[in-house]
Parts: sequence; structure tokens; C-alpha cells
Amino acid sequence: MSKALFSSRFAAGFGKGWLVAGLLFLYLPMVALVIFSFNKSPLPTHWEGFTLDWYVKLARDKEILNGLWLSLKIAFLSACLSVTFGTLAAFALVKYRRFRGRTFFSGMVNAPLVMPEVIQGLSLLLLLVAVQRAIGIPERGLVTILLGHMMMGLAYATVVIAARLQAINPQLEEAAMDLGAKPWQVFTLVTLPSISQALVSAWLLTFSLSLDDVVISAFLSGPGATTMPLIIFSRARLGLNPTVNAVATVIIVVVAICVTVASILVARAERRRAAEVSAASRNE
Amino acid sequence: MSSVISPSSSTPDPGTGYVRFRPAWWRGRSAVIGIPYVWLLLFFFAPFLIVLNYSVSEMGAVMAKELMNVSDGVVNLSFKYANYVFLFSDDLYVKAYLSSLKYAAVTTACCLFIGYPFAYFMARARATVQPLLLMLLMLPFWTSFLLRVYAWKGLLSEGGWGASVLNFLGLDHLLMAMGAINAPGMYLYTPFSLIIGMTYTYLPFMILPLYANLAKMDLRLLEAAADLGATPWTAFWKVTVPLSKAGIIAGSMLVFIPCIGEFVIPELLGGARTLMIGRVLWDEFFSNNDWPMASTVAVVLVLLIVVPLAIFNKYQAEAQEKVK
Repeated sequence: MSKALFSSRFAAGFGKGWLVAGLLFLYLPMVALVIFSFNKSPLPTHWEGFTLDWYVKLARDKEILNGLWLSLKIAFLSACLSVTFGTLAAFALVKYRRFRGRTFFSGMVNAPLVMPEVIQGLSLLLLLVAVQRAIGIPERGLVTILLGHMMMGLAYATVVIAARLQAINPQLEEAAMDLGAKPWQVFTLVTLPSISQALVSAWLLTFSLSLDDVVISAFLSGPGATTMPLIIFSRARLGLNPTVNAVATVIIVVVAICVTVASILVARAERRRAAEVSAASRNE
Repeated sequence: MSSVISPSSSTPDPGTGYVRFRPAWWRGRSAVIGIPYVWLLLFFFAPFLIVLNYSVSEMGAVMAKELMNVSDGVVNLSFKYANYVFLFSDDLYVKAYLSSLKYAAVTTACCLFIGYPFAYFMARARATVQPLLLMLLMLPFWTSFLLRVYAWKGLLSEGGWGASVLNFLGLDHLLMAMGAINAPGMYLYTPFSLIIGMTYTYLPFMILPLYANLAKMDLRLLEAAADLGATPWTAFWKVTVPLSKAGIIAGSMLVFIPCIGEFVIPELLGGARTLMIGRVLWDEFFSNNDWPMASTVAVVLVLLIVVPLAIFNKYQAEAQEKVK
């Protein structure tokens, strides 16, 4: 009986059902947001008809637009700096197995991944307050938010880049060394190209983390420097807000386009690489 | 720096073969390690010391000099531990820590319940479908976490779509009996909406490590179990589940730990009845302006997270030993 119950056909049907239900759970809230951004009624409880009013309102919303511009600036800088520092940290962790304080170093690199954001925000703010009392800078604003986002971004970037560094074949670097390449040349001509994909995904990850962060920004922002998530959060806190639905729809559409384009590009690059490799081995 | 290139400390990794170029490489080495190291010391470690300092100090005392301003030694000492004593004697904080742990545990259980079958069937799906499923799972990561949580606010508000579905399913009385909601049809700002929000947000963190684990499993073990007379169900419990233990633990930690300190989700979906320590810390800092107390809450919260992590690391180290 139990054997019949879990016959492969039943299991296959059950499995498909579970996968579909799980994906519906993940996607339906987002679909609902998109649908209700076109709703005439400001309440998401009933549908009153199609409208683009909320988008018009959004386009005129100076607060959100300024916040978006600040968020994009911070996210761009944070992603670039996080990837640069993350590459160094990943190199230190993967290539140099032994140096003084390595355990402590790797602990500090990984800690932001598990540390609650409220603590990261609080601790960094207390530091900045102490520094400001001592030397008068920095004023809270873009720079301080950027520091907080880099703190978080460095950890994620390091994890992504270190994973890739671990996977590449050290013999390629050795071969370049034997052929007389200087360490810097080895790095730019051999190592960097082979981790380039990880650098891109680390950049995108830290960019989107920064663009999305609420808690750390809330601690580190000052008057006149409010990022977009902070504005959205303060509005969402007060209740439902149709402009937020419109913002959400814009973000979801932009992200969907970016992810699709990125995955097509990655797939194409991979195919080209595979073709080059097979061509090279044929020539031998 | 001659000490840097001394023979004892300069032995590179066996097999990397940088030995011949040691001097140039070593100069690069100190920069590669030094820059992120100094950066982390300045902006990660030092802030923690300051938090620690605040937690044992009175309002606004940042410098060690100011700490010592309390003239009498005895008074000084009693002040130092006052925050901690207060933390453990006041019901609010202890309750908040405990209920944070509770909500994190319930969320982890929900994620495991939904996530394990999902990861299992994903790992057993046709190889051509798996990348697509993986991408569908990753896509929500790239859209705003804040907005996805906000979406539930609309869904669960009175008369919203999600609320209608739950009403239709008639789960109200069950949820009320469990204390997850207060009244029929009122889902928003209850423990129920908080757990839905956290489960929704952290579900991919459960599925991904489980999938990675289950996809690697040797299916011949299941055949062997069947040959020995096990029903598929028995084989699942006796073979698959024990083999996926590492994945279960990794996924559970990835859900449990961030849930403890969560702030945004309780703030948007939790309502006044749900007590979470992240919100308490926030209120201490922003509403009460009590920086030392906020720091004390933070220090205890760190300890609360370090303990499960230490257990996890120990388990992982043991698992890796076994592999070797």
C-alpha cells in the first residue's frame, strides 16, 4: 500500500506541485504589487480600474527622485570599492595560507555576513560620532552611508571572489611565472581574466545590496541625505502607499531586464570560452 | 623590511612556485594583506570596541578619560555594570531576546518544511530544468527585499488577496488557537504576518544549501536501499535525510541567525504585539536616545549569535574532518 502511495508517478506529480506552489509563493506577492500599481483605488483591496496616475505622481516626486540619485551614487561607489577591497582580501585569504592574525582577519571578513544590521549601523555610527567629536569630520551623509555599505559589501564581495580564486588552477599562474611574467603581469594577464566573472557578480551583488539597504543607512544618514529605501521604508511604515507600488514595479522590471541580459551575456561568454578552449586543444 | 623576507616566514604555499620571485612578491603581499586588514580594523573592529565601551559607560562617555571622570572608584564600578544588571532585571529585554529566538526558530521550521521538499524535487528534476529553477529562485534576491516585504502588507491587510485566500481556506481558527492571530480575518500586524514575511524573505537561503547538498547525493545508495527491501519512504528517512544533514544545518543557520536580529520585517509586518530585539535596540537608540543601553543590547545580541555560530563551525569542522 505504502509502496503504491509513493509510486514514482505520484511522487513526480507531488514534486512538480510542490515546486510550482513554492514558486507561486515567491512570485505572487511581486505580481500583486505590479498589478495594484495600475489600480485607480489607492487601496489594494479592490480593483477600481486601470490608471497610470501613480506613475505620473512618482515622476513628479522630488523626494524619491533625489533619493534614487543618491542611492545610485552610493551603490556605484560602494560596489566599485567593495570589489577592489574584496579582491585584495580574497587574495590574502586564498593565496597566503599563513600570515600573522589570519584567523582574526578571516573572522573580521566574514562577520558582517552574520552580524545583524542594527549592530553594524550602531557600531559604525558610534565610531563616526567619536571621530567627529575629535576632528570635526565627517558630517553624516553620503560618505558615512558609503562607509557602512562598504562594510557589508566587502564581506559579500570577498566570499564570492574567494570562491572563484579557490577554483582556478594555480598551474596557469606558475606557467606565466616560468615564462618570465612579473607578478603584476601574472595578476593582470592570467589571474584577473579568470576571475572576471566573479568580479562582475560580486559587483552586481554589492550594488544591489547597497541599493536595498535600510537599516545601516538609517543609522548613518544625516539631514538632507536620505536614500531611496529610507524614503520607501518611512512611507511603508505609515501604511499602504500606491507610489511605493509604482516604484516597486519600476524596480522589478529593471531588474528582470538586467538579469535576463546578464544571463544571456554570461551564457554567450561561456560558450565562446568553451569554443576557444576546444579550438586550442585541437591545434595542439 | 628584512623580517618580511626571512626564510622562516617566507615559505610560500607548497606548489604555488612563487619562490624565485620572492622579494617583489613579498612587497605586494604586505599591501594585499595590509590594506583590507587595516580597513577592517578601523571600520569593523574599532567600532565594536566603542560599542563595548559605551555599554559599560554612562551617557555620552566615549573617551577613556571621560569614563574615569566618575571620581569614586566604587561608584565607577557600580556604574559600569549597571546597564547589564538592568538588562537582565528588566522583563522587557529578556522577553525580547526570548521571543526573537522563538520567532527565528519558528521561521526556520517553516522554511525547512517548505524548503526541503522544494530542494529535494529541484535536485531530482531533469537536468535541463534545474538551471531555470535555480535562476527563478535567485531572481527575487536581485529585486528589493524591502519591497517584497511591503508587498505582504497589501496582501494581508483586511480584504487583501492573501487575506481572502486564508479566509477561504478557513485557517482562522487554527491560527487563533495557535495564538498567531487575534481575531478572524485580522492577519496584518500579528505574529502570523511576521512569520510569513520572514519565511518568505529567507526561504531561498534555506533552499540553496539544501539543493547544493541533495544534488550531489549518490543515487545508487537509494537503489541499494531498495534492493535491500526498503520502501521509497523508508529509504528517504534512513538514507536521504541523514545524508543531507549538513545541508539542513547550513540552511537552518542561514535562516535562523539573520532572523534573530531582524528589524525591517517586524517593523513593517510585526505590529505592536510582536517583540523583537532588533526593534528594542532601535527604540533605545532613536526614541529613548539611550546610547549606552542600545550598546548593551547589542553586545548581548552578539553573544547570542556567536554561540550558535560556534556550534555550527564546530560541526562543520567535524564534517570536513570526516570527508578527509
